[in-house]
Amino acid sequence: MKSAVDIGTNRTGIATSPIDGPLVISGAEQGGASSSGDESAQAAVRAAYVKESGPIGTMPPPASIKGAATTIAQALKGDKASVFIDKLGERLAFERAGVRLYALAIGKAEAGPGWEGSPSVSDFTSIQRDELEHFGLLLGCAKELGADPTVMSPSADVAANLSKGVRDVLADPRTDLRQSLEALLVAELADNAGWELLISLARELGQEQMATRFERALEEEEDHLARVKGWLQRGVTEAAVLKKTEKERRPGAH
Amino acid sequence: MTLDLMKEKGIPLEKQGFSWRDLVGRPYSKLDVDAFTRVRVILMNGIESEQLRFLHAMARMNSHLQEPLAIVRRMEQHQQTLVNWLNPADQSPLETTLGYEQVAIEVTAEIAQKEPDPYLAQVHRFGLLEDFDHLYRYAALYDRLEGGDANNITQCYTDIRPGRPTQVEHRHPLDDLRRPYDRSKAHPLSKLHAYTLVAGEHQTHDYYMHVGPFFSDPVARQLYAEIASIEEQHVTQYESLIPTDESWLEKWLLHEACEVYNYWSCYGSETHPRIKQIWERLLQQELGHLKYVRELLQDREKRDAAEILPAQLPDPIDYVSHRKFVRETLEREVDLRAAGRDIVPKAQDPQRSRAYREQLNRSGSPSDIVAAGYVWRPGTELAPRALEISGRERSLQ
Repeated sequence: MKSAVDIGTNRTGIATSPIDGPLVISGAEQGGASSSGDESAQAAVRAAYVKESGPIGTMPPPASIKGAATTIAQALKGDKASVFIDKLGERLAFERAGVRLYALAIGKAEAGPGWEGSPSVSDFTSIQRDELEHFGLLLGCAKELGADPTVMSPSADVAANLSKGVRDVLADPRTDLRQSLEALLVAELADNAGWELLISLARELGQEQMATRFERALEEEEDHLARVKGWLQRGVTEAAVLKKTEKERRPGAH
Repeated sequence: MTLDLMKEKGIPLEKQGFSWRDLVGRPYSKLDVDAFTRVRVILMNGIESEQLRFLHAMARMNSHLQEPLAIVRRMEQHQQTLVNWLNPADQSPLETTLGYEQVAIEVTAEIAQKEPDPYLAQVHRFGLLEDFDHLYRYAALYDRLEGGDANNITQCYTDIRPGRPTQVEHRHPLDDLRRPYDRSKAHPLSKLHAYTLVAGEHQTHDYYMHVGPFFSDPVARQLYAEIASIEEQHVTQYESLIPTDESWLEKWLLHEACEVYNYWSCYGSETHPRIKQIWERLLQQELGHLKYVRELLQDREKRDAAEILPAQLPDPIDYVSHRKFVRETLEREVDLRAAGRDIVPKAQDPQRSRAYREQLNRSGSPSDIVAAGYVWRPGTELAPRALEISGRERSLQ
């Protein structure tokens, strides 16, 4: 079976059409533009919508009176609380979705082919377990704060929209293990930065105990990131080296 | 408030018109909006979509009406744009799908309870339990693929649990046809119900056919393919409730009345102030269309619209949770099947439908696979597991 880096019949470039290519270029030149102006016309439309649009969504009122009465919630009351709970909700949804992302990655590891030092099913399973545990940690924190952990907060919604592409690449049966690692790299980079932000926010708001628990999660996430980076680097390098070797074996090939 | 369908003039057709800014306004907020506003937007997009579809078919069969049809149809297309563009971009196709199924459940449940004809009510309940199952299957996909909680969309109005299993909903085409109402005797509400449901189901089918291939996940692609097939069956069912001996113009008049009835219902129940104004504007435009078609009927067929439409609209569609009714129906009727044009006990499930189903499901049923062992939980099925594992970790520290 061919891999994505093998030579095939990719037709997207203009060089595929040596006769029609120059014609399509000259046709566009002859036709010219439909009107004067430039991209700023689009920018003006977008600016008008930005001006009149409200937020993508807002935070709900506090979930429980019991929650509102806790010491932590007292310390976090007001706007600061909603900022923190919004970001907590983002991390919570991200870790939860992360469990599903690694389930897709496990499928790719099972399918192979791998390379020397490529991630195994158990590598991904152990990361997936961490993601589930982090989700549980954040569920517990949300409850401690009297927040409803089932809320989709605005930041959670934005983060879910940002990572749509990650899921699409992982779920696609045509993407291989290397391409799946590219997707995981994007997710882990964002996840690391997300935890860093949450820790500094927790400290800022005097939530030292929570920040300490988050730091442990960040350490694990740093480890995930380093491993994903390493796997990807080795995978891409090995593919390039193999290609080179194949070429040396077949001098006439190009 | 009620409307006199024979007297209301609405906005005259020649005074109706939009700019692109009118058509592409601000979408609702997925997070802040009440689920029933989303339900109304999805349904009304379907009502407009049906209008466009029907008026095109009519133009292909009635050369003498092509000009008035072209004029009204253009407005309908613009109205559909305005409505459909209220859906926000951060609402993914799967989240919107959950909204579609909530429409199919809550609107059909409302209609089934208000339907005066017992046979038609039975047919509506039959369809209801099938769409009810679809919500559960899509909720499982949303949870297990995207890590999402379907209740963020349905907001506790609608139960998320199995209905008549999707895998047994596949039937031979001849078991999807039903008996039409009698055009001269049927209650006006029966007509409005049938026209509303065929519109909603047709749009649902078209939506699933459109978005299904956007998913990269093969499980999602299979599930959309399977449920789209059921929606085609539902279109066949609801479409066959409408008699073919209504004239083309009579059908057009009923389509316009259906739009008026639905916009009027939306206007009455809407809680979102800006969208309420949109329903009001579109209601006034539809009243203008209705008047235009009333006059066409008089002019071309020498018929008075009063012989087809009631003077006053029936009670509006209530946009409320029908949990109790749905649960009772589920309890009583989940095992029903269809044989020809009748709804029958499971034991009478026709051989042709069983054979058809076996053929389709021979390599597995996507709806069964996606929801294997699935029970919806607040915050997704992972939440209890996550709490357990993190609690265990903390106790070890």
